[in-house]
Amino acid sequence: MTLHIDISEETFGSTLAKAFRNTAFVAGFVITLMILAMAVVSYAWTPYDVTKLVISDKTQAPSLAHWFGTDHFGRDILSMVMVGARNSIAVALVAVGIGMGVGVPLGAFAAARGGLVDEALMRLNDLVFAFPALLSAIMITAIFGPGAVNAIIAIGIFNIPVFARVARAGALAIWPREFILAARAAGKSSAQITIEHVLPNIATLLLVQGTIQFALGILAEAGLSYLGLGAQPPMPSWGRMLFDAQTRMVVAPWMAIFPGMAIVVAVLGLNLLGDGIADILDPKSRRQR
Amino acid sequence: MSLLDIENLSLTIGDTPILRGVELSVAPGEVMGLVGESGSGKSMTALTVMQLLPHAARATGRVTFDGIDILTASEDQMCALRGDDIGMVFQEPMTALNPVKTIGEQVAEGIRWHTKASRAEAEDRARKMLDRVGLPSAKFPMSRYPHELSGGQRQRVVIAIACALKPKLLIADEPTTALDVVLQAQILDLLRDLVAESRMGLLLISHDLAVVTEMADRITILRHGEVMEAGDTARTLSEQLHPYTRQLAQASMHVPARARPHGIETGRPLLQVEGVTRDYPGRRASPFKRAPTIRAVDDVSLSMAPGQSVALVGRSGCGKSTLARMILALDRPSSGTIRFRGEAITGKSQAELKPARRDMQVVFQDPYGSFDPRQKVEKLVAEPLHVLEKKPTRTERREMVAHALHEVGLGISDMDKYPHEFSGGQRQRLSIARAIITRPKLVVADEPVSALDVSIRAQILDLFAELNQKLGIAYLFITHDLTVARAITDEVLVMHDGKVVERGKTSEVLDHPQSEAAKALVTAAPDLHRAIAKRLREQG
Amino acid sequence: MTAYLLKRLAIAIATLVLASMVVFAVLEILPGDPARLMLGMNASADQVELLRNQMGLNAPLALRYLHWAGGLLSLDFGRSYTYSVPVIDLVRERLAVSLPLALIALALSTIIAIPVGLFSASRRGRAGDTISMGAAQLGVAVPNFWFALMLIYVFAVWLRLVPAGGFPGWSAGVWPALKSLLLPAVALALPQAAILARVTRSALIEVLNEDYIRTARAKGLPYRAVLWRHALRNAMIPVLTILGLQFAFLLAGTIIIENVFYLPGLGRLVFQAITQRDLIVVESVVMLLVAAVIAVNLLVDLSYAVVDPRLRSRQ
Repeated sequence: MTLHIDISEETFGSTLAKAFRNTAFVAGFVITLMILAMAVVSYAWTPYDVTKLVISDKTQAPSLAHWFGTDHFGRDILSMVMVGARNSIAVALVAVGIGMGVGVPLGAFAAARGGLVDEALMRLNDLVFAFPALLSAIMITAIFGPGAVNAIIAIGIFNIPVFARVARAGALAIWPREFILAARAAGKSSAQITIEHVLPNIATLLLVQGTIQFALGILAEAGLSYLGLGAQPPMPSWGRMLFDAQTRMVVAPWMAIFPGMAIVVAVLGLNLLGDGIADILDPKSRRQR
Repeated sequence: MSLLDIENLSLTIGDTPILRGVELSVAPGEVMGLVGESGSGKSMTALTVMQLLPHAARATGRVTFDGIDILTASEDQMCALRGDDIGMVFQEPMTALNPVKTIGEQVAEGIRWHTKASRAEAEDRARKMLDRVGLPSAKFPMSRYPHELSGGQRQRVVIAIACALKPKLLIADEPTTALDVVLQAQILDLLRDLVAESRMGLLLISHDLAVVTEMADRITILRHGEVMEAGDTARTLSEQLHPYTRQLAQASMHVPARARPHGIETGRPLLQVEGVTRDYPGRRASPFKRAPTIRAVDDVSLSMAPGQSVALVGRSGCGKSTLARMILALDRPSSGTIRFRGEAITGKSQAELKPARRDMQVVFQDPYGSFDPRQKVEKLVAEPLHVLEKKPTRTERREMVAHALHEVGLGISDMDKYPHEFSGGQRQRLSIARAIITRPKLVVADEPVSALDVSIRAQILDLFAELNQKLGIAYLFITHDLTVARAITDEVLVMHDGKVVERGKTSEVLDHPQSEAAKALVTAAPDLHRAIAKRLREQG
Repeated sequence: MTAYLLKRLAIAIATLVLASMVVFAVLEILPGDPARLMLGMNASADQVELLRNQMGLNAPLALRYLHWAGGLLSLDFGRSYTYSVPVIDLVRERLAVSLPLALIALALSTIIAIPVGLFSASRRGRAGDTISMGAAQLGVAVPNFWFALMLIYVFAVWLRLVPAGGFPGWSAGVWPALKSLLLPAVALALPQAAILARVTRSALIEVLNEDYIRTARAKGLPYRAVLWRHALRNAMIPVLTILGLQFAFLLAGTIIIENVFYLPGLGRLVFQAITQRDLIVVESVVMLLVAAVIAVNLLVDLSYAVVDPRLRSRQ
């Protein structure tokens, strides 16, 4: 795989100025910040206590008291969406961390060494890629039982080859550059060159991929908890809320609408943020999904 | 009556003015040379005629082709003109052809589109055209794909596409800049013949004054989007009335002032290359056969004295860059030994190479690609200090960088800038500063001036000459450009197909080449003196 | 050409073998004794031991792997603990739902995405581009199972055009069966179509900036002709890559979607098998899906060679 990387040659200040003229970036940034804020606030305050069941208030339509309505146990949906954000963000973020932490060094190493090491690592990548995240999640759940941690592991494992590929493709595009040759002529080792020259130049690429995987992680987590393979009750999660809503669609459609909207908005925000960053820093960068 | 008439053409892209009041005309059968340095707007002039400008471009003035007002013509009218009455050849043959279509399809496509000929007829004409441009059917069937051809061959295909319908005007935008001198001469010959055959007008765009002088009847010199001077080629260049014309011509022929070659010491040689060979595994013909080996460098030996300046010349792909990389210990020879200051550097570990690296530095061709855009000049220029035994302190390091910058004509304040804040010529100075910061004994320079405009090139050559005198640094210049070799080296080695085929004093080899390869290089190399003299002779 | 094909084939087979080892290893490290599971808690130790011998569970690890892998090759996946029928019969029955579903979804997503991508790329920066890419941006963000719920609400609950779930079986006629696959296919396809449309557009835009596009324009071809004749084929490589990846996502997606619509497909089978700890079914279905993903990736690799002569040239 070859990849063209245009290395941006602008200063931080002008980049920042450009960022705030980029609609996608601003919109994505604001939305992401909002979702994060919602999750953080939920630790200190939610409109209602999500652990308390108030059967007398069950399946109430949205109103001034309950903006998003209540569920079949009378819990406030807005509060549950807020608390659910924590779970989604935590799972997706840690999974991105696993993917980056393992994948980027692997990809950079493969690109630096080349030859058989590269070939072997890439074949290993193919192997992991053959197990879609949901499938590995199913396998992991089959062994260890359902839970948020297992969801993280499953999504994280799937992220590893994604980041390894992006890092490798990016690094391969950097290695033939003359400034790398110059560094080699100056006697720097592959490891030093990777840290000093290669990684800083593919950071943008990784950042963009990071936002994409973050978004995909939220989607995957929602899917897993919808199937009951993710976070377990009573911890509210967006996917689980949708599962509970399914059989009550006719009487309480709001139970399905609002958690779903939360997912859409969160994912949309992250994707916009990623697009924005890519536009600003690397107009020609090719994103991979 | 002119074929193409450009009157008072101005062009802006966004808010940036590109062209200002350009006047230019091409008569039928005439070759007009359009010369200028990078950024002078010569390609944009060509794209205006084709109406293939970027979206944000706005042109004013008048462009008339064969009685048609190009600037007001509709897109349909332009489509009818392009490829039929106006053909265009581009600079980059490697990327100018669609990689997924055969060369036959690509040549026949335009023919079918414009003449509504049947597939068979169009293919027949395409075949004839490919024969005409020197791609005979026996070796180059129509079913070949671009990637199966070399750069020169691909450029022939592009020319076949452009000339397939015998256009009235051919626009060639730096058609040979990406090719080596021998291929350049071949392609220029082909263009000249094609133009003469069907009385095409040719608008030849080039940065190379010698090339244009050899080809063009008249010449227009462009600078910063304005015409500096225009007129008969021989007269314009022999009289050199306009100061910019004079500046360009002198820079093209510039030879740095060098005192006698540095006292060549008879003592220990600085660099000895002994029987070095480098093989690469080729592409396997089938999974069951062994891969053939490609011999990039074949049993090369050479020796350099301290302070000596040596040129390694040859066509592209002759193995000169591979040899340079092995000398720099960036690549390992398959066999043979390279000694630096008497010590073998082949087969040593990176740590063992450190002392050798201190005394051996490199300058690359591309002033844009040879710096990490994420680092500041101080760090970039100081990179080779990494090999010093005693790591300099931060203040020492700054001092050393400042000193090196001073030596190449840059200021201390440049230390805290990023590379993109410098022009191409300045970046090449930075490159040289980085190379001399460890006070090396040898600098290997791989085409160090070929990406630069002529006036900048002259300055950089002067700088190389000056540092050679002042610091006694030996140079190994890798180049395909004989004027560079002539300007700055004492000795020259000619490489061909991985072997050194000729060596000797630079002036002798270049004036009286003995080997076929050297003769081909010398004959093909454009030379402004010679070209002007020839033009004047022809005109009597 | 042959070298390229053989290399790809070898890689695919090696990946498949490695994948089967992974799946087998997972089977091995699982807690619980399958023989004990089959016989129930009341069985005596002797009975369990007898069954273990019969099932070959006491043989050495390598031998057991070979036996298991050999079984896979001859389509003998073993017997389901809970259904007490050969797994292959279960799989065959369920595949009749899942495969058409995935294929319809793939076709649907391609049919929607490629024209939208072409349209957008050819009108880059204009209103049509902005609107369709805005829609695609939104589409990428929608989880397919939530979209499925919304579709059910609108088309089944509210408009009553299609059934809300369930599958009548192909024996009930092609149309009723297809009708019940329609909503699930749309729910699967649209989010994938959004991704594919974005990729198609950006691949096209990248290709349209290439030098050879200018060469084609200089021949006198109008923009449209250049787009169709020169740009599209060159843009196919990234599009094919994504199509291959999407197949994996679609397969995984069927697991969720079948649960939303109560479709008796592979996804539902594997999901139920997990809850019932019918591990042999889980492993078999996972192995089957993994094999499908590898096969599709091989197919994509081969189609690269069809599109790109540079890969073919190794004669």
